[in-house]
Amino acid sequence: MTNASPTLEVRDLHVEVAGKPILNGVDLIVNKGEIHALMGPNGSGKSTLANTLMGHPKYTVTAGDIRFEGESVLEWTADQRARAGMFLSFQYPTAIPGVTMVNFLRHALNAREGRDLPVREFRTRLMDTMKQLKMDQQFARRYVNEGFSGGEKKRAEILQLQLFKPSIAILDETDSGLDVDALRVVAEGVNQVAAQEPKPGILLITHYYRILNLIQPDVAHVLVRGRIVKTGGRELAMEVENHGYERIMAELGLTAGEGDTAEALHAAAT
Amino acid sequence: MTTQAASIVGDYKYGFHDDVAAVFKAKPGLNREIVAQISDMKGEPAWMRAFRLQAYDLFEQKEMPRWAAEGALDGIDFQSIHYYVRAADRNARDWDDVPEYIKNTFDKLGIPEAEKKFLAGVGAQYDSEVVYHNIREDLAKQGVIFLDMDGGLRDYPEIVREHFGTVIPAADNKFAALNSAVWSGGSFVYVPAGVKVEIPLQAYFRINTESMGQFERTLIICEPGSYVHYVEGCTAPIYSTSSLHSAVVEIIVKEGARCRYTTIQNWSNNVYNLVTKRAVARKDAVMEWVDGNLGSKLTMKYPSVYMTEPGAHAEILSLAFAGPGQHQDAGGKVVHGAPNTTSTIISKSISKGGGRTSYRGLVKVYPGCDDAVSNVRCDALMIDEDSRSDTYPTMEIDADRVTIGHEATVGKLGEEQLFYLMSRGLPEAEAAKMIVNGFVEPIVKELPMEYAVELNRLIELQMEGSVG
Ligand SMILES: Nc1ncnc2c1ncn2[C@@H]1O[C@H](COP(=O)(O)OP(=O)(O)OP(=O)(O)O)[C@@H](O)[C@H]1O
Ligand SMILES: [Mg+2]
Repeated sequence: MTNASPTLEVRDLHVEVAGKPILNGVDLIVNKGEIHALMGPNGSGKSTLANTLMGHPKYTVTAGDIRFEGESVLEWTADQRARAGMFLSFQYPTAIPGVTMVNFLRHALNAREGRDLPVREFRTRLMDTMKQLKMDQQFARRYVNEGFSGGEKKRAEILQLQLFKPSIAILDETDSGLDVDALRVVAEGVNQVAAQEPKPGILLITHYYRILNLIQPDVAHVLVRGRIVKTGGRELAMEVENHGYERIMAELGLTAGEGDTAEALHAAAT
Repeated sequence: MTTQAASIVGDYKYGFHDDVAAVFKAKPGLNREIVAQISDMKGEPAWMRAFRLQAYDLFEQKEMPRWAAEGALDGIDFQSIHYYVRAADRNARDWDDVPEYIKNTFDKLGIPEAEKKFLAGVGAQYDSEVVYHNIREDLAKQGVIFLDMDGGLRDYPEIVREHFGTVIPAADNKFAALNSAVWSGGSFVYVPAGVKVEIPLQAYFRINTESMGQFERTLIICEPGSYVHYVEGCTAPIYSTSSLHSAVVEIIVKEGARCRYTTIQNWSNNVYNLVTKRAVARKDAVMEWVDGNLGSKLTMKYPSVYMTEPGAHAEILSLAFAGPGQHQDAGGKVVHGAPNTTSTIISKSISKGGGRTSYRGLVKVYPGCDDAVSNVRCDALMIDEDSRSDTYPTMEIDADRVTIGHEATVGKLGEEQLFYLMSRGLPEAEAAKMIVNGFVEPIVKELPMEYAVELNRLIELQMEGSVG
């Protein structure tokens, strides 16, 4: 792994939202072809990291760097990052009333590929992918995320992952809210993308070990209070599953408390 | 009378009854003589002449409406406006007879060739007059009348006299009075009992003379059990001086009939667009207004439905887009004048670059009109900080067991929506356009296909350069 090329490189990332520090020095390297699991308690900053990586204007980077395929993307807008090959599957995908999936996907693909896709080519690609994900064709006629059930939203995110074929995919709790069958379909979708050449890097944010039986991570991280406090193999995810975060925190001399400063957490983690 | 007219307009040899293609243009300004002259040149019956003159007196007496914004209408100089202009001297009978320059106008409007075959009849108001009018044979066979208003008055004086001015009396407001005095052109539609007109009747309007007023008058009569969809689309070139467009549309929907009236207007930024539109819906009748307003300097337009008998239903869909220097004061009025009547108003407005939109609506339920149901929904979207949106809903409910719903939202272009679309690779401007087109979709989807495409394109043009 050491001589693999980093697709995503996060260095000492500090992020504020509305003047409040949320990420306090995140370091993370995802190489091409690797699958990383990122776990962490509610509110620890996982989605903040995901949104910041993708360039959400609300999240201010106060220190550190994000590099994608060797280049710093801090100055890039979200659409530039997307067209370069970054992808975020949202924890809570936003509804766009009045805009049909098919219209949205066609515009997005055209923007990404810098050309007007022939209608037939686009339709074939869309229909084939939807079929793989066991999505009803009617789905394409619906308005983006509007009135979608939790599971439908997640499936629609994976549909986009498959259509866009990014170099780095950040999947924010794509497994939550899915029934057993849907989970399998979504996992298959992710695995298929993961196996495609050129192989992408994948950062899989999750609370559940369950998905990690279906999508095998190479590396697992635990994020606590805006810092990655522990990195390991799959067994780390298992440990979280069996013992929760408290044990890891205790192990690291961290106690859940108001008084913990970012520096203290940092010191404990290193 | 003709002599008098000639003395006012000077050289009258290229006048109204001449077969030679000619242009007649009344002197600017308005007085009783000009009103009489317009009627005389058209060779109207005495009752219409009297109607016009009485309306003129009312126009003189009436106050300017003040509600849109204080002084908003002060820029109108009534004495600098031409009240009557003719572009060509007779109505063309078929497409080949339509002058080339008018066809060019249609091309500029982007009316697709394929659409023409769907046209049930085309009434294009070029300047003050309809120059092209054609009724498809089968419509004529069904007894449907689709003429310009002048032609309607000429050929069907009894039907016109029975209905004209009954829905919107000249005394209704200053601009209805003005229109009643100087009206010219517009459409006359008569649908006999039980006849369903399957294809929309379409008319295209434009203004092409600088500083020219456009005062078309439309009257639609739907006899019991009939159906018609009338579509009016409109774009205008840019002018250097202010223009006034002040139309009146009257619709009578009789028992069990249904009428839909669709308008897309895109006036140039100097036009005052002050239109009175009102329909009467009788027993179990359905009246639907679909009204899209882009452009103009100031639009004041509130399509109304008076439900006068039980079972009537009113539907008003209003869309407004105000760009820099524009004010769209639009909405709708539903008047429940009988029990068991139902109505819906949906208004969507967008303001950007300092533009201003106002929703102004009225739901009125008269005493004794029990079990009325009305739903009002108005959504306003502001693209930037400079823009403005206001809502002025009025409810006057004087009956029992009435169900009234009112929902209003005012918002900025959603940051999360923009981010979602941009995170998929869409540049900000494109993402914004997509959100705006989605916002208006509930109204656009009610439009005939070509109008929907045109409207989306117009909105995209308006949106361009507004973000990023
Ligand atoms: N846009 C925002 N505005 C205000 N606070 C925010 C915003 N985004 C995140 N936060 C705050 O930052 C902290 C981290 O939130 P984040 O959503 O990143 O957590 P998470 O790890 O994804 O949690 P979960 O497991 O519940 O999804 C929380 O305290 C949250 O309230
Ligand atoms: Mg989260």
